[in-house]
Amino acid sequence: MKKSILAATLLIAGVVPALAASEADFKAAYAAAEAAEKEAGQLRNRWTTTESDLKAAQKSAASGNFDAATASAKEAEALAKASIFQATSEKDRWKDAEIH
Amino acid sequence: MASTIRVRATATGDTTEVQALIQHPMDSGYVKDAKGQLIPPHFIQQLTFEHNGKTVFLADWGPAVSKDPYVKFAFKGGAKGDDLKISWTDNKGASDSLTAKIQ
Amino acid sequence: MRVRHILRPLAAAIAAAALTCAAASAIAAETPADPAADAKAFQKYFTDKFPKVKYEDFVNGPYSMNEDMRKQWQEIEQFPPYEFALDAGKEMFSKPFKNGKTYADCFPNGGIGIRQNYPYFDEKEGKVVTLELALNRCREANGEAPISYVKDDMASLTAYMAYTSRGKPMSIKIPNDPRALAAYEDGKRYFYTRRGQLNFSCASCHVQSPGEHIRAETLAPALGILNAMPIYRSEWSGMGTISRRFTSCNSQTRAVPLEPQSDEYRDLEYYLSYVSNGLPISGPGARP
Repeated sequence: MKKSILAATLLIAGVVPALAASEADFKAAYAAAEAAEKEAGQLRNRWTTTESDLKAAQKSAASGNFDAATASAKEAEALAKASIFQATSEKDRWKDAEIH
Repeated sequence: MASTIRVRATATGDTTEVQALIQHPMDSGYVKDAKGQLIPPHFIQQLTFEHNGKTVFLADWGPAVSKDPYVKFAFKGGAKGDDLKISWTDNKGASDSLTAKIQ
Repeated sequence: MRVRHILRPLAAAIAAAALTCAAASAIAAETPADPAADAKAFQKYFTDKFPKVKYEDFVNGPYSMNEDMRKQWQEIEQFPPYEFALDAGKEMFSKPFKNGKTYADCFPNGGIGIRQNYPYFDEKEGKVVTLELALNRCREANGEAPISYVKDDMASLTAYMAYTSRGKPMSIKIPNDPRALAAYEDGKRYFYTRRGQLNFSCASCHVQSPGEHIRAETLAPALGILNAMPIYRSEWSGMGTISRRFTSCNSQTRAVPLEPQSDEYRDLEYYLSYVSNGLPISGPGARP
């Protein structure tokens, strides 16, 4: 069972990079990342790594490398979403750590 | 203007212990400012401690020494009341010196 | 696809965790805020954890945790690296503004020996006022441009004011005002909440791991951690204020820092100072 999951994962991983990203792909990915980061900002919980991924995405796009730009933008979106999850899940979890 | 040199020298038996704190940016020339411009090198090149006219400590410094350097050393000789002269020159031609009494 | 087998129990686990959290927070929300009890428990936690450390010594941060570091620090204190900033601060403090007034006109007792009362809750404004904030407000009220909160002049001024309070016990007051209590609670919440990609809270290092190492640094206990501020940090090759420490701690956990003197930071300073009440002011300080 494990072998077939592994095979499936490798197959998916192998397939994705073969499709080159277009400028439109980048713009969509960046917009999604920016929107998520904006939400994280409203929660006062942005991460520095999200910000650097967004910058890296812009830099790659500026030089026409939309594959790298889209990859950075997608990672930025994932990080931004993780920071939103952190803000909401940690909102009450802190009480577990409080000294009583 | 206040001296850039602060010193404390204490004689115990036949040994004098010296501590000094010198105010100097000690810019290495490798660091960039907020705008991304290199901060030009500005550091002490020579630091001298003299007791009774004789050099007891001589340092040839370069960019590796950090800002506001602190020096501590001991030398044989020196008695309470003796003069200890500290002087430095930097790569921009600036200098400062101070004479303090050994305690 | 077989991947669903992994996702389903994971989803269930998250849901279960969420339910437990909701239940826990419902219970916690019922207990009213009691800062005095918090402070007592906070101080007991550290004195129990480090029975050999003298009470006043907690303000010396890593030096109370490590004997070798203490020896090096005692040598450094013979010629403290903050001395230049301290002298500059004293000079700055007495130099009149363009309108002829000085900082002394903005503060009780002319600004001398009052650092231990900051931050305080301003009932008119309904917010916490820190010393750094009060200094910039003093400048602006007298026609001067505000200065950076993180270093240079602000560090020199707070170094001087801290110095005039050396030895005095931290004396933060929480007036009988629900807004003050809320600010205190917000500060406490900030202190314990995990943030940044590295998912650390202030407590992760300063409550769970004082005396232990993070890379080459020995971690300071949270008890009395603001008493030595502002500090000359060898790492910074210069002085830094409370604002500098808060913002840099944030970026070290890969959290984008908030603006200096944001509400969160003001409240955090309020909480941290209050729970260290009784410990002596030791600033300005020197740290690795």
